[in-house]
Amino acid sequence: MSDFDTVTADGVGRHYGRRRALTNISFTARAGDIVGLLGHNGAGKSTLLSILGTLLAASTGVVRYGGMTSAVAGASLRARIGMLGHDLFLYPELSARENLVFFGRLYDMPDAARAADAALERAGLSARAGDLVSSFSRGMRQRVALERALLHGPRLLLLDEPFTGLDQASAAALVGRLREEQARGVVTVLATHDLDVVDGLLSEVVFLQGGKRVAAPASSGTLRDRYREAMHAS
Amino acid sequence: MSAFLRVAALVVRKDLTVEVRSLEVVSTTLFFAVTVVLIFAFGFVKEGVPMDGVAAAILWITVAFSGTLALGRTFERERQADTLRALMLAPADRPALYAGKLVGMLLLMALVELILVPLVGLLFQAPIFRAPFRLAGLLAAGTLGFAAIGTLFAAMLVRARSRDVLLPVLLYPMTVPVMIAGVRGTAALFQPQPDAGMAQFWFALLVFFDVVFVTLALWTFEPLMTD
Repeated sequence: MSDFDTVTADGVGRHYGRRRALTNISFTARAGDIVGLLGHNGAGKSTLLSILGTLLAASTGVVRYGGMTSAVAGASLRARIGMLGHDLFLYPELSARENLVFFGRLYDMPDAARAADAALERAGLSARAGDLVSSFSRGMRQRVALERALLHGPRLLLLDEPFTGLDQASAAALVGRLREEQARGVVTVLATHDLDVVDGLLSEVVFLQGGKRVAAPASSGTLRDRYREAMHAS
Repeated sequence: MSAFLRVAALVVRKDLTVEVRSLEVVSTTLFFAVTVVLIFAFGFVKEGVPMDGVAAAILWITVAFSGTLALGRTFERERQADTLRALMLAPADRPALYAGKLVGMLLLMALVELILVPLVGLLFQAPIFRAPFRLAGLLAAGTLGFAAIGTLFAAMLVRARSRDVLLPVLLYPMTVPVMIAGVRGTAALFQPQPDAGMAQFWFALLVFFDVVFVTLALWTFEPLMTD
């Protein structure tokens, strides 16, 4: 199985015809890093996550997973990537357990049913395992979706707006879960607007504006202050 | 079981489970197909006597229209929670995901055709039991050709804003050869003096289209979905 402990974006760009969604983005994330992608709507955060997740090909530049690229490693590389999208990637007509078992089998896990039960236990949803996801609250869906992304023990975890719709307790629980994964050496890249929640969690911040990386301010204020400064300076 | 077949079977099973729970696509597609046939019946059947030679065309037009509706609804379901991206992210052969979605579509369309063919036979006095295996072969081959291209296009367009308009605009010109072969082959079976040789010719042509379309779709699915 392909494994890696660094993820490097090297001059990554993505064009849609003449429109440039991303231009020349570079950064390196190491094992245990939590990298935040911060920027206004349309800054290119989701596009960059899709490229890192091999769902989209970069128009320019390359993403290296250790010594591999997605073009070479393909399916074996995807086995080491977990992604939580803004739309959660769950089938509402299936139960929480059915969703997890389905994705576990898709990832060719030897005992997907047991892994699904353990994941539901971690999410505190064992009692609702057989209920359809459509009957869950946003917070409960988010917990199932996070467990789905982590089910196969990924090395790279990509999260797109993971705190959207979560109450304070659920957001704190998610931060705790991310710290657990950090301790396991998982590389996490997350796009978010919830600056107060992730302040102190991020190892590195990539500020994006109009598809370009803007310089991080030298000041040592709160993340919100640094974000404001970075966006105004560019 | 090979990894390809295992993944395809997983996707088919998942799609069937979702459909059995919701019955959304089957019910809307069946309702639409029956409505189309009834409207044609009002136009082409006078005093209980249908116009000559229209049954085959009506059958295939209805298959195409209802198939387009089913394709749109099936992939709309994958779009709503962005689950198609979750499938694409899995370490599975991406063509196997396509194959799973295609088989799910074929089963759905076969179910619709099970109702549709007797209805056309009844309303247009088409001799559907004269050569049932040849008719089933033509329908199976034609449906496979239509669904092979349709599944590829519907998956490609899943994130396009105007997907509902674009799907038929792209799909119908590409599947015209399948429709022509299907109509001509079926008409050869329905005419007063059935022409088995002609039906066999159009069936062979449909099989040729199937081989080309399925091969092309399996080959292009991954690059089209990542670009």
